[in-house]
Amino acid sequence: MRLQNIDGPERERILASYPKVFAPDYGRRAATILATAGIVGLFVFGLVWLGFSPSALLRGVSRLGIILQAMFPPTAGQQLPVYITALGQTLSIAFLGTMLAAALAFPLAFFAAKNVAGMWVVRFLTKRSFDVMRGIDTLIWALIFINVVGLGPFSGILAVAMSDLGSFGKLFSEAIETASRKQVEGVLSTGASKVQEVRFAIIPQVLPIFLSQVLYYFESNVRSATVIGIVGAGGIGLYLSNEISQQSWDHVSFIILMILGTVAAIDFVSARVRRSIIGMPVRA
Amino acid sequence: MTVDTADVTRQRAILLLRDYKAAVRSKRIRAALLAAAVLICAVAAAWSGEVDVKKFVEGLPRFGSYFRDIMPTLRPATFWSDVAEWYWNFPTWIELLLETLLVAYVGTLTGATVGFALCFLTSANIFRNHVVAFVVKRTLEFCRTVPDIVFALLFVYAIGLGPVPGVLAIAIHTVGALGKQFAEVVENIDLKPVEGLRSTGANWVEQIRFAVLPQVMSNFVSYVLLRFEINVRGATVMGFVGAGGIGKELLSSIRQFYYSDVSAILLMVIATVFVIDLLTERLRHRLLGLTGH
Repeated sequence: MRLQNIDGPERERILASYPKVFAPDYGRRAATILATAGIVGLFVFGLVWLGFSPSALLRGVSRLGIILQAMFPPTAGQQLPVYITALGQTLSIAFLGTMLAAALAFPLAFFAAKNVAGMWVVRFLTKRSFDVMRGIDTLIWALIFINVVGLGPFSGILAVAMSDLGSFGKLFSEAIETASRKQVEGVLSTGASKVQEVRFAIIPQVLPIFLSQVLYYFESNVRSATVIGIVGAGGIGLYLSNEISQQSWDHVSFIILMILGTVAAIDFVSARVRRSIIGMPVRA
Repeated sequence: MTVDTADVTRQRAILLLRDYKAAVRSKRIRAALLAAAVLICAVAAAWSGEVDVKKFVEGLPRFGSYFRDIMPTLRPATFWSDVAEWYWNFPTWIELLLETLLVAYVGTLTGATVGFALCFLTSANIFRNHVVAFVVKRTLEFCRTVPDIVFALLFVYAIGLGPVPGVLAIAIHTVGALGKQFAEVVENIDLKPVEGLRSTGANWVEQIRFAVLPQVMSNFVSYVLLRFEINVRGATVMGFVGAGGIGKELLSSIRQFYYSDVSAILLMVIATVFVIDLLTERLRHRLLGLTGH
């Protein structure tokens, strides 16, 4: 039964019995309208400022259609071994970068954790350094490391490691801070030193969380390592941008499919490993 | 026959100790196996990744000196004129930074709108056409697995240089990421309000509007804000491939060794990312606090 279908005194009676439900809340409505207007207004301003034009967009879409047609059927031609090597390199960059970041973040995170590091200054400096590392995108780090160690996958590894160090540092120290006090008190009551406290009370609690986060970041780093080659830091990205600039669209689509397949495979394997290491899926 | 209790206790202790040692040993073996597997992978990866320890050791001091090089020369006596010289191109940079933020904003909003429309089609609890759901799900997967910068490369080619391809690339990636997160929220709603509305004769859209949206809206907005943070970071590098924003200036200053420009722009980027993170976090906490989560 709908309210519209009821009329006469019955309708009046319902309206009168539930005034709060049917009375419009003008203040809330005004706030909603204002917020919506602000959001849409900024959006329209953005479209104008950034130079969106329907005709250019339409031309672009039609060119995109031509490109899409040229992408089929995907083929690697003679390049298949080269692509496979490059994809292997991408995986290596992601793996070593993640490992390096985890190895560095593991000790450093304790300096950022409130319940372990006593000194306020140490904690503050460590935390802010993590923020800076995280705030700079992996591609920017890659450009910087190319200046330091030269072109090639090595700079990619260092770039992935650097931006992950920031993320791991933050996540690890948060995990340490939320570790239960009970084990710590138990270990301390036996007269344990600071190092023993960390080793026997905190590490057993946080290690599974760390491992699960490391695996998760490995998955996401495989994605970012695929594009790191665009700036010259190794991996499949170099070939992807080369083939795009040479307009070999069938090769481009082949590389994209290879990336999709690899990412799916890595996600699958990593989910299994995560489950077998941790026993149960742990919510990070 | 008498049983020596001390003997029994000792025997039990021996048994327990044996079990304990066996348990420890099996755990150690597991850990050692895992470590060995990781080590083998690392060696293989180091070989394929052309890791050169010598190069790294040689490069390490250069890393330090690089950061010394990009530091601006700021002397206390002429501090303000030094800062002015450091930020000599400030008007251009701030404009490009605003462009970066707008690219992220327009891209996020467009992507969120499309993701919003699509998420209801993949939620099994309120939409039962499996074929459509399957197609939409795979499309979303594709959109979020291809990195946004790859889309940007393609769009720069199709549309031309400028921020528009950057916006589209971010929008497509956002559709994939938010569509999935939205759908997960919708799949976990309480279905009772939906049934209640259906019993009043409400159609599907009305059910979504009055039974689903009130349950999911705060979570949706929170996810959009998080995605905006991520997209701001992503938009800072869109310029590397010619898709607008501060990235173009950063790329040329790093490539051409304009040292103090590098630090000036990086500092602005870090500050922007930091402020955006802070603001969205505030907003999210207020939002979730208000709705009583």
